[in-house]
Amino acid sequence: MSTLSLAVRDSSTMLRRNLLHMRRYPSMTFLLIGIPIIILLLFVYVFGGTLGAGLGPSGDRSQYANYVTPGILLITVVSAAQGTAISVAMDMTEGIIARFRTMSIFRPSVLTGHVLGSLVQTMLSLAAVTVVALLVGFRPTANPVEWLAAIGVLAMITFALTWLSVALGLVSDSVETASNLPMPLILLPFLGSGFVPTDSMPTAVRWFADYQPFTPVMETLRGLLLGTGIGANGIIAIVWCAVITVGCFLWAKALYNRNRTA
Amino acid sequence: MTSSMNPAIVATDLRKSYGDKVVLNGIDLMITEGTIFALLGPNGAGKTTTVQILSTLIDADGGNARVFGHDLTREPDAVRALIGVTGQFSAVDNLLTGRENLILMADLCHLDRAAGRRRIADLLDQFDLTEAAGKPVSTYSGGMRRRLDLAMTLVGEPRVIFLDEPTTGLDPRSRRAMWHIIRALAAEGVTILLTTQYLEEADQLADRVAFLDHGRLIAEGTPRELKRLIPGGHVVLQFADQEGLDSAARTFGAATRDDAALTLQVPSDGGVGSLRSLLDQLDRASISVAGLSVHTPDLDDVFLTLTGQPDTRASRPDHERAPAR
Repeated sequence: MSTLSLAVRDSSTMLRRNLLHMRRYPSMTFLLIGIPIIILLLFVYVFGGTLGAGLGPSGDRSQYANYVTPGILLITVVSAAQGTAISVAMDMTEGIIARFRTMSIFRPSVLTGHVLGSLVQTMLSLAAVTVVALLVGFRPTANPVEWLAAIGVLAMITFALTWLSVALGLVSDSVETASNLPMPLILLPFLGSGFVPTDSMPTAVRWFADYQPFTPVMETLRGLLLGTGIGANGIIAIVWCAVITVGCFLWAKALYNRNRTA
Repeated sequence: MTSSMNPAIVATDLRKSYGDKVVLNGIDLMITEGTIFALLGPNGAGKTTTVQILSTLIDADGGNARVFGHDLTREPDAVRALIGVTGQFSAVDNLLTGRENLILMADLCHLDRAAGRRRIADLLDQFDLTEAAGKPVSTYSGGMRRRLDLAMTLVGEPRVIFLDEPTTGLDPRSRRAMWHIIRALAAEGVTILLTTQYLEEADQLADRVAFLDHGRLIAEGTPRELKRLIPGGHVVLQFADQEGLDSAARTFGAATRDDAALTLQVPSDGGVGSLRSLLDQLDRASISVAGLSVHTPDLDDVFLTLTGQPDTRASRPDHERAPAR
């Protein structure tokens, strides 16, 4: 069997394993979907009136629901990534990982199984959160092609952050650490253009907000879904996602190979 | 036991240290195909480390080893395709059912679907797990878990199996069942390296036994050969009074007497024939015996004699590297 077909076969076996875990223990999935939905409701119904007014002369709660949804979608991705870090860290404490290491299989398949499983889980979470957003007033103007592109952008950032969280799960010496390490990520949509436009921020914060990876992703999503200008953000988002994916894949792989004694 | 003389595992001068703690201090092994080889030693002797190295889980710091001619460090995947490992800590997926665990293994061994299902049905049956196959492993007892663990190892029909303390923590009945399974595997020609701290287990199962102590092999041979290393067995005669002891001591010249306990220790191989002649001698001399016990040397005696540390097994803290839980 060639390396590639071995990789595909073993990764899909491991994906099935992870999907079984999720199906059998859905509480984690529900928890991870719950966080972005609560933040969405909070920002639309509690802060939405005031924040909407800040968007411009005609700004109101319904306009804010449109504005905040791309940020909420990224919160969804981050929340799911936290779940991935936890499940990877938990998995590494299981004796079965030592068994996998002594089997003649595609070595990173344990990790690719987690990544693909998380990708599926995150896309389902995103669909659920999008439905709630539509219910609270999100009114996208996207045509089918733009929808597909938006899904592609979300899949891309999910893939990148999932590899990051797999690495964080591997580097953690306990499940608690794995749960805490991805926490700062949830702040990034706030410290970007997710909840308010960056030009309302003080200079130093704005500088960070403009140049961190989440902002171009959110601006690209906003452009695709709501027809605002995308500019260079699309390309910047793709580059960021590619860099994070490759870097974190290599990091995770090195960590997995290093931890050989378990 | 099939006794072709093909070496299944050959290891030369294996060394491993963690920091400045030397765990393996030059181990040589030669294990013949189709035999059961027991690595015996107290906690911290380096048994698990040896298994971890030979099963490609960790690298040795020095020395080299081959499994059916494949070098561990240069061709780890060729080695992995030939071996199966059942470690000290159960290597099963607790979130899946028993059957799902076996299906996972069949898929990872790249068995085709029909062959995989057949193999799984056979293993479930052979390991008495058919009834529990649909239940999550988290509900299994220790013995069931260990059986599933071994069944998972066997899905890919490995030619060499490493069993790291396969019966530690099992009740006597589950232990017997495990012994039965191990013997059956060896009968099929599978080579087995097992580690144990139970000397009886090595005695019961192994064709050859090696004693590991402080990272060194201190003796190796068949259980019979090893038992010959120490003085033979004896019969202890218990008497009701001093008079009986005295006359018996006169009858058996080469005996050790204990006046306080009123016992006499007579050298004997413990066989029926020698016992009968011993009893005949007592009869002829009209000596009445209150009690009699036969003591044949076991591997315990060998180990204790060789290490000269009677209480190592009970009191030494566990230095063995165990997976973090």
